[in-house]
Amino acid sequence: MAKVTFLTDVCKGCGLCVNACPRGLIVLEKEKINKKGHSPAGITDESKCIGCACCAMMCPDCVITVEK
Amino acid sequence: MAVVFSKPKALTDAPLHYCPGCTHGIIHRLVAEAIDDLDILGKTVGVAPVGCAVMAYDYFSCDMVEAAHGRAPAVATGLKRAMPDRIIFTYQGDGDLASIGMAETVHAATRNENITVIFVNNAIYGMTGGQMAPTSLPGQVTQTSPYGRDVKTVGYPIKVCELLSGLDAPYYIERVAVNSVKNVTRAKKAIRRAFENQIEGKGFSLIEVISSCPTNWGMTPQKALDWVESDMIPYYPLGVYRDKSAKEAE
Repeated sequence: MAKVTFLTDVCKGCGLCVNACPRGLIVLEKEKINKKGHSPAGITDESKCIGCACCAMMCPDCVITVEK
Repeated sequence: MAVVFSKPKALTDAPLHYCPGCTHGIIHRLVAEAIDDLDILGKTVGVAPVGCAVMAYDYFSCDMVEAAHGRAPAVATGLKRAMPDRIIFTYQGDGDLASIGMAETVHAATRNENITVIFVNNAIYGMTGGQMAPTSLPGQVTQTSPYGRDVKTVGYPIKVCELLSGLDAPYYIERVAVNSVKNVTRAKKAIRRAFENQIEGKGFSLIEVISSCPTNWGMTPQKALDWVESDMIPYYPLGVYRDKSAKEAE
């Protein structure tokens, strides 16, 4: 199991991390709006995360930190 | 728990001003990771361009210089010759490097100046609102080519890697992309290599990075990356165009 942290207020909701996740765990949380006015990315089920950091590698804004 | 991935130290905490999904952020991070990996943050000086990346001096925590439009390789030449112990890199877009700065680029390359050039090619002028760039693809619709780029009147796109590899002098030239995890990993290696070449005093290294511009291409961020894969990479093939280390090994 890995720990994935999002800097929610920096996220621009581009969704590149959503497509990068090989397990399809990341979603844009449509019910939330951050300081910039975007729906930020978040993880649905952290227990299934393998800690590959693909999401963080595709994030243009360094929103994601991955620990394993 | 060990940290697998976090923001590199060579980037400041300033939030990037780029549009959502713009891959400038990824390329900034790859440059910063190379600086961190090689432990050269204290002696690196970057040269910022004019274009979308004009505010790069706010984002890198090394010393930065802002050059006039297209003149980054000339400024970098001066910096490197005045301070040969520093690591000098330029970060330029296609309007900066391939259009107004073509002369400086070609001449810095043919002198084999010991600098690292990061060239971001997104086939459009991003900051000014999406005009046709020298690197726009044939038939590409932009603000100034609403019926698509007509190669009969405005000519063909400039392939910078192919052009510069026609010169004898440059040490290392490679084209990479950042449209998938696989390509980002390759781009990271290439950028690191370009910095290593400079540390070893080998000479001119240019890394062309195929980037995207979702806003001005009129696409969603993911669709823009798909367009990079389906249209841009076939026109601008990825790979190493010049590697003199292979010759040295013989």
